[in-house]
Amino acid sequence: MSFPWARQYEPKNPVSKFFDEKLPLPRLVYNAVGAGYPVPRNLSYFWNFGVLAGFFLVVQIVTGVVLAMHYAGNAQVAFASTEHIMRDVNWGWLMRYAHANGASFFFIVVYLHIFRGLFYSSYKAPREMIWLLGVVIFLLMMATAFMGYVLPWGQMSFWGAKVITGLFGAIPIVGEPIQVWLLGGFAPDNAALNRFFSLHFLLPFVIAGVVILHIWALHIPGSSNPTGVEVKQESDTVPFHPYYTAKDGFGLGIALLAYFALVFFLPNALGHPDNYIEANPLSTPAHIVPEWYFWPFYAILRAFTVDFFFVPAKLMGVIAMFASILLWFFLPWLDKSPVRSGHYRPTFRKFFWFGLIPAMVVLFICGGAPAEEPYVMMSQIATAYYFLHFLVILPIISSSEKTEPLPYSITEAVLGSDKKPVLGENTTPAV
Amino acid sequence: MADTTATATPDMATSDDGIRRRDFLDIAAVSAAGIGGLAVVYPLVTQMAPSKDVLAASSTEVDVSAIEPGQAIKAVFRKQPLFVKRLTAEEIAAAERDDNAALRDPQTLADRTKEGHGDILVTMGVCTHLGCVPLGAAEGEVKGEYGGYFCPCHGSHYDTAGRIRKGPAPTNLEVPEYEFTSDTVIQVG
Repeated sequence: MSFPWARQYEPKNPVSKFFDEKLPLPRLVYNAVGAGYPVPRNLSYFWNFGVLAGFFLVVQIVTGVVLAMHYAGNAQVAFASTEHIMRDVNWGWLMRYAHANGASFFFIVVYLHIFRGLFYSSYKAPREMIWLLGVVIFLLMMATAFMGYVLPWGQMSFWGAKVITGLFGAIPIVGEPIQVWLLGGFAPDNAALNRFFSLHFLLPFVIAGVVILHIWALHIPGSSNPTGVEVKQESDTVPFHPYYTAKDGFGLGIALLAYFALVFFLPNALGHPDNYIEANPLSTPAHIVPEWYFWPFYAILRAFTVDFFFVPAKLMGVIAMFASILLWFFLPWLDKSPVRSGHYRPTFRKFFWFGLIPAMVVLFICGGAPAEEPYVMMSQIATAYYFLHFLVILPIISSSEKTEPLPYSITEAVLGSDKKPVLGENTTPAV
Repeated sequence: MADTTATATPDMATSDDGIRRRDFLDIAAVSAAGIGGLAVVYPLVTQMAPSKDVLAASSTEVDVSAIEPGQAIKAVFRKQPLFVKRLTAEEIAAAERDDNAALRDPQTLADRTKEGHGDILVTMGVCTHLGCVPLGAAEGEVKGEYGGYFCPCHGSHYDTAGRIRKGPAPTNLEVPEYEFTSDTVIQVG
């Protein structure tokens, strides 16, 4: 948002003047992430994860393009070409581990980004479109990560491909034909691997496109902040550069330390050892699990073990799994509380920390565990709570809860007091 | 239409109910463009359907003479596993005892085997839930709570006749089309 007090771009030398008159790209950058973009002064470290997510998208695209120079998307040689990258290609081991663990870090920062949004209700007006585009990015990320995991053509790759395309086979009538169409055959084989390679290359660029819309939408109302109170005056904000470029840079340094600690010292900690066994279409590993970042949704899929009326358990699980994410599209309209931040919503806060978060942890644990008791029952209870939270509890508390008093402004929240705005000073009407 | 004053500006040439001939042109043009668009999309979508070499999946012959009672072999049929199992007397008895039990996908053992070969159970080794290969065919594998097959992916249990008894799978293990070409050889597909 360009608040009235945002600094204006002034080209200083003849070169920048030349460009500003013909193609004002420097002006665009200045207004988007430079000194021309005022941001609330009270952002906590939870506001670092958007930039980190963008950074890991770049890591994935760069290492991905490099890996595609050496990888062969053919079922005969895919597994061997991956080992060729590990052993023979200069720095190939680094590129592969950076890409594989980069996916994990991408999901770590995106989950923190999402749950930041859930706690501070960043999805509420006027930021609904940012949220909706974010959910689209998340769905694209999951599709991309899934197809990437298929490419090494290990056991987990093969059986993951079989199970995930099988999800579409659960759709009545058209399901089977859709699954055959997705695989290009009756079981995962060369046709499937080949097209997954193509689509795994394409989708990150689609994600990058939606990320641009996501940032564009964010820059209309400007960033939310931990109080949930909108920006009213100049003293509520600081320019993005250098204040938040520096803070994001510091956060990036911390994230990179953790990331490279994993890449260098525990590169296989988040992977599954069975994917070092070449794909065998005649034998499913005794305990197959998806990658860790799919566990909560996998647990929801597996929680449905009995038929409901005319809906078979299989279809029920698939519907529930997709619905668990698709219901996020309706979140801005399910939570109608006028107060955004969880800091000022005591009831909401209790259900968030003692309801939603434990349910997610249980789903995460159950998704990685075998499909046995007590995990099946635990995931059933957690799944029930998950849907109850968003569809019932949240709408009820958002209309009945007694919220705590909000600060008058961001300035007051930070400094403890705020001189009331004087007529004629740089202000925008209170929202 | 024949009115000369109306033809001066063609857009005003309307029939009695207010519809212009130009409206038809608009519809015709947009329809043609729509059909053209579909003609472009159709090959782009259907190129992903199974190609000719994949569709040319052949049939498979399996010699069942060497299978001992209680043993199963895994063959390959259309790049998917095929279980061929010779049932023991106890397994047949267990399957027949449950023929009238409450089954999710009711079928008797006799429905699922060929006459005269009631001890040979031929099924796809593909769990009807999401397609994993159930355990239980090879020696020492878990056979599940009903002594048949157990799918490790999401915990579906199949009985000795390969019928779904517990877990998320909706139907029994598929019995493919096959016939005995001799007393000891079956041809699948």
